[in-house]
Amino acid sequence: MIANNLYERYQRQIILKGFGETGQQKLMEAKVLVIGAGGLGCPALQYLAAAGVGTIGIVDEDMISLSNLHRQVLYSSDDIGLLKVDVATLKLHRLNPEIKIITHALRLQNTNALNILSEYDYVIDGTDNFASRYMINDACVLLNKPLIHAAVSQYEGQIAVFNVKDDKGKSINYRDLFPNPPADGEVLSCTEAGVLGVLPGIIGTMQAAEAIKLITNIGKPLINKLLTYNILTHEIYEVNLSESEAGKELIPKDEASFLAMNYYNLCNVQQSSVIEIDAEQFHHLRKKKSAIVIDVREKGELPLVTNIKNLQIPMSVFEEKISGIQQQTIILFCQHGVRSLHAAEILHDKYGISKEVYSLKGGVVKWLHELGISK
Amino acid sequence: MKVKIIVFGQLTDIIDNNEFTLNSNADTNNLKNELHKLYPALADKKYVIALDKQIVTSNTMLTEGSIIALLPPFSGG
Repeated sequence: MIANNLYERYQRQIILKGFGETGQQKLMEAKVLVIGAGGLGCPALQYLAAAGVGTIGIVDEDMISLSNLHRQVLYSSDDIGLLKVDVATLKLHRLNPEIKIITHALRLQNTNALNILSEYDYVIDGTDNFASRYMINDACVLLNKPLIHAAVSQYEGQIAVFNVKDDKGKSINYRDLFPNPPADGEVLSCTEAGVLGVLPGIIGTMQAAEAIKLITNIGKPLINKLLTYNILTHEIYEVNLSESEAGKELIPKDEASFLAMNYYNLCNVQQSSVIEIDAEQFHHLRKKKSAIVIDVREKGELPLVTNIKNLQIPMSVFEEKISGIQQQTIILFCQHGVRSLHAAEILHDKYGISKEVYSLKGGVVKWLHELGISK
Repeated sequence: MKVKIIVFGQLTDIIDNNEFTLNSNADTNNLKNELHKLYPALADKKYVIALDKQIVTSNTMLTEGSIIALLPPFSGG
């Protein structure tokens, strides 16, 4: 029996045919992990919390930035610079204090993925890059965890349920669909290609719906199907997936081979001879007399860095303005360390070993977090 | 024989029409080659083919009126 106060909270779904107190009880006992508290993760988290999923885990290492707010609806302008997992937890607790929320303020790596994922019954992938997507898929296959996968691009979204047996006993995963990650430049990210803010709102909500359907055993979840939704036309295109030999071959077969995978190299992230530095190295290197620190973010990007001396040369004008730099040691940073790495590669190509070029790993977001400056 | 092609995601940047018909023969491998001839940039993109709403993982025969979807992976979240 569900207690009176809980009954009232969930009454509108408990009275549904096929759902009932049994369905609610199943939700309250379920543990769902949402990886990425961004455009997809925010709505998924809100609806899972509202529906009364008993334990919700959130994995995200990022802080809230201004450019997140057009689609990441859990956050407000006041929250810029704060950790996403902290703000999400606060807001979700206000929405539903009856559930347990566990935060993982970290980047998922193959060294921590299996430990974290094994604590949950269902995994929702709301990440924004292929390295994470392949890592999560492979971990879910190893652990035999149902995975609710979704991704968005411009005006379209994809969603699928992996690692759940269909009525023929077959289960499909992301590698059956795309055995290999795309090479650099084969697919543009949202940062490069753009996305209409409401789109991940719809797709993330669909992920929550799929999780609820799986947990309560109602309806027909998208098991072994890939659904593509177009927000401009409201067209939905569903295709059936089948096992692929190539996918089977490429997937790590055991924990040791999973740990040996380098997902970031696999997805052509950080393939360069440029040196990436952490906060401590940054602290030492920038004190060198010959050093200059350059912020390659565009004008208006927050948080501003005012506590150390730095020069602003945005990426958009980087190649034309950089030739004036006389210093021997050049330390570059941006928001997350991706653009600065690219900028460092440009300099490396231009100057070779005649200049020392460094890129701050994890960018200003990680650095400020480590300094303990949250805002 | 005529087949219908439906294009998704960023592939629509390469092929302007989201939907079009093509005179094609034989199988999905031939069709891919024809498409890459018509749209050379497509050869550099990752995508999978769904034939009549079923993903094909090996070369498959086409029939009159087959519907072929070109589906790229998305990464955004």
